[in-house]
Amino acid sequence: MGAAILMPALSPTMTEGKLARWLKKEGEAVKSGDVLAEIETDKATMEVEAVDEGTLTRILVPEGTEGVAVNSVIAELDGGEGGAAQAAPPGAHGEKAAPLPQAEAPATLTKQPSVAAQPIASAPEKDWGAVKPITVREALRDAMAAEMRRDADVFLIGEEVGQYQGAYKISQGLLDEFGPRRVLDMPITEHGFTGMATGAAFTGLKPIVEFMTFNFSMQAIDHIINSAAKTLYMSGGQLGCPITFRGPNGAASRVAAQHSQCYASWYAHCPGLKVIAPWNAADAKGLLRAAIRDPNPVIFLENEILYGQSFDCPTDEEFVLEIGKAKVEREGTDVTIVAFSIMVGMAMQAAEKLAEQGISAEVVNLRSIRPLDTETIVRSVKKTNRLVTLEEGWPFAGIGSEVAMQVMEHAFDHLDAPPVRVTGLDVPMPYAANLEKLALPRLDQVVEAARNVTYR
Amino acid sequence: MPADPAIKRRSKATTKPAMDREQTVKAYRDMLLIRRFEEKAGQLYGMGLIGGFCHLYIGQEAVVVGIQLALKEGDQVITSYRDHGHMLATGMEARGVMAELTGRIGGYSKGKGGSMHMFSREKGFYGGHGIVGAQVALGAGLAFANWYRQDGRVAVAYFGEGASNQGQVFESFNLAALMKLPCIFVIENNKYGMGTSVERASASRDLSRNGAPWGIPGEQVDGMNVQAVFEAAQRAVAHCRAGLGPYLLEMKTYRYRGHSMSDPAKYRTREEVQKMREQHDCLETARAEVLALGMTEAELKAIDDEVKAIVQDSADFAQASPEPPEGELWTDILVEAK
Repeated sequence: MGAAILMPALSPTMTEGKLARWLKKEGEAVKSGDVLAEIETDKATMEVEAVDEGTLTRILVPEGTEGVAVNSVIAELDGGEGGAAQAAPPGAHGEKAAPLPQAEAPATLTKQPSVAAQPIASAPEKDWGAVKPITVREALRDAMAAEMRRDADVFLIGEEVGQYQGAYKISQGLLDEFGPRRVLDMPITEHGFTGMATGAAFTGLKPIVEFMTFNFSMQAIDHIINSAAKTLYMSGGQLGCPITFRGPNGAASRVAAQHSQCYASWYAHCPGLKVIAPWNAADAKGLLRAAIRDPNPVIFLENEILYGQSFDCPTDEEFVLEIGKAKVEREGTDVTIVAFSIMVGMAMQAAEKLAEQGISAEVVNLRSIRPLDTETIVRSVKKTNRLVTLEEGWPFAGIGSEVAMQVMEHAFDHLDAPPVRVTGLDVPMPYAANLEKLALPRLDQVVEAARNVTYR
Repeated sequence: MPADPAIKRRSKATTKPAMDREQTVKAYRDMLLIRRFEEKAGQLYGMGLIGGFCHLYIGQEAVVVGIQLALKEGDQVITSYRDHGHMLATGMEARGVMAELTGRIGGYSKGKGGSMHMFSREKGFYGGHGIVGAQVALGAGLAFANWYRQDGRVAVAYFGEGASNQGQVFESFNLAALMKLPCIFVIENNKYGMGTSVERASASRDLSRNGAPWGIPGEQVDGMNVQAVFEAAQRAVAHCRAGLGPYLLEMKTYRYRGHSMSDPAKYRTREEVQKMREQHDCLETARAEVLALGMTEAELKAIDDEVKAIVQDSADFAQASPEPPEGELWTDILVEAK
């Protein structure tokens, strides 16, 4: 039986090419790997190799022919044994290769479960009872310790997390309690140890990767996004990555451009990641426990300046929060201020000042950047009809931009004024004290923005 | 290609001798399966049934087959995007691999990963990674998990000589040596990182010594000879299982095809390729060994037929399997929390 040799596609985009030269003649025997012909594409001259053995019985397209379509028959091979495995006639394959739309395949494209439309149950947050004040630092440490006691697969890995007790003393006491197999000091190799932790998570372990600051996660961002965030999808759901990346994010104080950057927008951009930014001790403890338990890669953005601040935190041993839920920290009726991390504190101060001026501000603490609790934001804006967003990060494609756009999409008719963003300035962070102060959001700007959207 | 005459720096760990008869036959059969599978994949690519990037393993079969024979169930394997051979060697189904190449629901990743991204936890295959060098740090992570769980397993991280210059490879060497992770680093030196020859890319003239600063024993191995690969792999596995830390194998090998399907391979001569095929082909060598064991041509023909049938079946399946339903766009982005 004769088998057809087809004009091959030699690149992802090739549709036709020139049959430049035949290197085998009719009647000639060919074996696997022999070059049959040369084909010129728009990019290069490529050689066509025989796949199986046999005799070249007929050449159907003479050399020099231009515009030979991919998959057209260019020659016939009288297959010895290998003939059957040689390219079959295009008809047969053409039919088989036709797209096979399945009747049961639902067109779900319209039902896009975007970040925005993430259905978030609006059940009120559980009352966890008694509270006592602890620092954000203690809250983070207690969260890790609690989860490490609960699950032997959880371990902490990073620079100075063990013997040094944490560059910012977040992991104080953990080495003593859990030992060096579960609290692992790493050399300064973010790319390497983040990749290693991600590989370990593929096997089901649950690493907590501490970046001394999120600025250094840039060394490892390929593993965070290309390895940790995308593998579940690329594997068709087989290989999850239960890993938490945590550390201080954003501006500290007087550490200049390379150590003062907010990564909320960077990471929140990527499907496959969850991104959390706690403000107070309860956020820190409840959300870090949730992040460690979450079967997905979670970016947990802390703030160095908040580490030493004390807040009331539930004492219940089981205390944990749900990822994806914002919290209305202060109720109001005239304007909604949406903020996250340390800026929630500034929003609360602004609300205080605005109250003195007769403006009732509602403060929404996002807590989770991705998924974003659009429902809570929209509910608030429908009540106040005005929106101010507040963040330390840069304005361009920032979190404020996304929040404002979500409000446009879901509550446009409820807006009585264009939303306003208060952000860090669109400059690398300067070192000089006066310039640094100017580069970050200021309380008076937030108050001013709220006054503007309320036309006062 | 003969290995460096002074094969050196071998582990002191004791190993068994060469392959037995059963292993020799299996090696031949598995290499043949990979060869025929890849030829078929090239053919389907030519017909437009496989899209995008497609990196064939033809020529290098002895490397994965020899190493896999030295592993035990539960050991893990991770590699780059030139991964079809590795998957078949770990025992993954040809059907599922080919259907992934055609982007169909029957593929290992439901058509969502493609040629470069397939996985099988069951077979210990952890991908299939498209970022050059990433699999080395991830592979150290698989070994880390074995170290953490103290379960005696060994992880194998394959990468090309091109990837061997990536910074994270050296970071991984350091971490693995520091922690004594049971990790076999395998450099598949096929002489060309895409179109750049190893001489033009690496100041290191002996890649098996690249782990030397960290005290990682290394060997240069004739990667075109499955027996030699197996013997070296046994030493590496024994070293890792004994808790002595990582081991580095530089496999001197060769790919007959271009870097990917769209590579015209103008950076090397046709004669160079022909010489490798004619004088060092791993299948021809293995075939001679099998015959020397007293197998008949008829028995070999039976293996050929079995392999052909598997490959043809995989091609048929890969074309008959439907494309993924549109709903698959929105699945597997996040694991639903329990």
